[in-house]
Amino acid sequence: MAEAAQMTVSDEVAISIENMNKWYGTFHVLRDIDLTVYRGERIVICGPSGSGKSTLIRCINALEEHQQGSITVDGTLLSSDIKNIDVIRSEVGMCFQHFNLFPHLTILENCTLAPIWVRKIPKKEAEETAMHFLEKVKIPEQADKYPGQLSGGQQQRVAIARSLCMKPRIMLFDEPTSALDPEMIKEVLDTMIELAEEGMTMLCVTHEMGFARQVANRVIFMDQGQIVEQNEPEPFFSNPQSDRTKLFLSQILGH
Amino acid sequence: MPTDTSNVAFVRTETLPEKAPPASETGIVKWLRENLFAGWANSLLTLLAIWAIYIILSSILPWLFGGLWTTSSLSECREILQGRVGGCFSVLTERWNQLLYGFKYPNDQYWRPNLALVLLFFAAAPVLFFDLPRKLLIFTGLYPFLAFWLIWGGAIAVPIVALLGVVAGYVVFDRLGKQTFAGGFFGGIAAAILVWVLGMALIPETASENALLESVPSRDLGGFMLNLMLGVTCVSLSLPIGIALALGRQSNMPLIKWICVVFIEFIRGVPLITLLFVASVMLSYFFPPESTVDLFLRVVIMITVFSAAYIAEVIRGGLAALPKGQYEAADSLGLDYPQAMQLIILPQALKISIPGIVNVAVGLFKDTTLVSVISMFDLVGMIRGPILASTEWNGVYWELLGFAAALFFVVCYGISQYSQWLERRLATDHR
Repeated sequence: MAEAAQMTVSDEVAISIENMNKWYGTFHVLRDIDLTVYRGERIVICGPSGSGKSTLIRCINALEEHQQGSITVDGTLLSSDIKNIDVIRSEVGMCFQHFNLFPHLTILENCTLAPIWVRKIPKKEAEETAMHFLEKVKIPEQADKYPGQLSGGQQQRVAIARSLCMKPRIMLFDEPTSALDPEMIKEVLDTMIELAEEGMTMLCVTHEMGFARQVANRVIFMDQGQIVEQNEPEPFFSNPQSDRTKLFLSQILGH
Repeated sequence: MPTDTSNVAFVRTETLPEKAPPASETGIVKWLRENLFAGWANSLLTLLAIWAIYIILSSILPWLFGGLWTTSSLSECREILQGRVGGCFSVLTERWNQLLYGFKYPNDQYWRPNLALVLLFFAAAPVLFFDLPRKLLIFTGLYPFLAFWLIWGGAIAVPIVALLGVVAGYVVFDRLGKQTFAGGFFGGIAAAILVWVLGMALIPETASENALLESVPSRDLGGFMLNLMLGVTCVSLSLPIGIALALGRQSNMPLIKWICVVFIEFIRGVPLITLLFVASVMLSYFFPPESTVDLFLRVVIMITVFSAAYIAEVIRGGLAALPKGQYEAADSLGLDYPQAMQLIILPQALKISIPGIVNVAVGLFKDTTLVSVISMFDLVGMIRGPILASTEWNGVYWELLGFAAALFFVVCYGISQYSQWLERRLATDHR
């Protein structure tokens, strides 16, 4: 898996964020964010809580509204036009900290729902695709169970499979392992690593620095709503430039 | 155990045979000990309860089984009973048809509401039990028009025009709704009204005179039939309206939100009986004198509006109980608003709201007896009016009101059992 970090990154732009600002009421959560993500890039975003990292990736698929600047995803400009938002959302997969599986539907139904209703794919074909991705995340035998019967790690892998069933070109991960027991973290990270090796464009908010070292080709450190530092993982961890980054790294790597 | 206790090492060489547990640990003895005589306080309560049950049954059973079923008046009952305890149930047998159908529905036409009731079970089945094939819903869709024709009779063209209007409205909604929801919604309503107005104008005045089924005006409906009709119609109308109001109240569009809030708060602040008086008396001041909006229709509108407001609040509770993550997950998968509501949000919110909705439905069904106050002869209206006022049966309270209570209990208990089954059936959270 060491070659993961050397995987090719094309010069095609997947996401471009220009001068983006966001406020919650009068609180300035995101300040002058400029970020260009190329296709095939794997970006890890880290930072203390409240630094706006989750808000940033939630802005990319319009779960949060930004007030200034522009976000362009796959060539589609994110505006208040609902049509554009739906187009972007169906191209961008997202995994949440608390999985957010649909508890009233079986695992298989969770995975086929969006392909059937949004992509208008025939049910049979959608089920085949779903089983393919469930096998990929190594839980095809759970297809007929309900989310409540699965462990946290299994649920998060289902959530990843559910996103993949929409054949997204970009995946967003919002602290996918933060709600998991330590022994389940590995199974989810393994799934994500596999995904990265296949060349998926990924933006990942996480505190798993081992994952960042192994998979990311860029690490972004955010604090107080700003991008403080970004670099390739090796120099980022061994030679951080800003004092804030140094402090943060010493705190999370200190033990 | 080895008999020689000095020898610690022990090897079992044969399996001990199974023995029956002591008598105090099995069957009825165990059950009695655990449930009825677990301690002196518990035993005392058991004895007290047995005594209370004995007192109640010893007065009710002779009354029930010593009752008379074939006399023709209360005074005849009293003569036969000679002071002995016994109910005068003859009023039920003699006035059976009046209690069930009211006193004006033509006697030779009773098969029509009976058939409508039987068909109701077939129409409701696919809605209530969703494991049944979905194609049966076609009959459910046709049922309201069929039942209307069966019960009211008259020109068959009327329900057919009504059905065509609904179909036209749906077709327009389906076509236009793909572009904008509002366009489809209002276009659909306009198309339905257009078909109704044109269709009704085309039906000749004389169509109902020699119709296949004799026409029965609304004022001739009565008895428990009227309660059932009001209950079924209003529950099935107020559920979708309540859902729409609950979603409207959460809307981002201020106009829609405020219309829903004002509507709900106003209706909830007014007693049902007031609304019924408005329906029976006041509304006729607002309509032109020659227009006759049917009293049954006016009452249905008022009860529906009333319970829809309550159901809306119950469902709002269900919506509020859903984690925000469910909305976000639906959004992030690219589902649009109607899809997210239909597939993700409402199935879960309604499941949470089942006890509350059933509460409102049961209350609504019992509240249909309030129409007796505005001189409609439902079951209670029949009892309080024509039956108790007659010279033969003046003074028979327990038997009549007990019968009414029993009828309502059967229906309400059925609803409650269904809802419990539904909750078990929908339980997927495995807590």
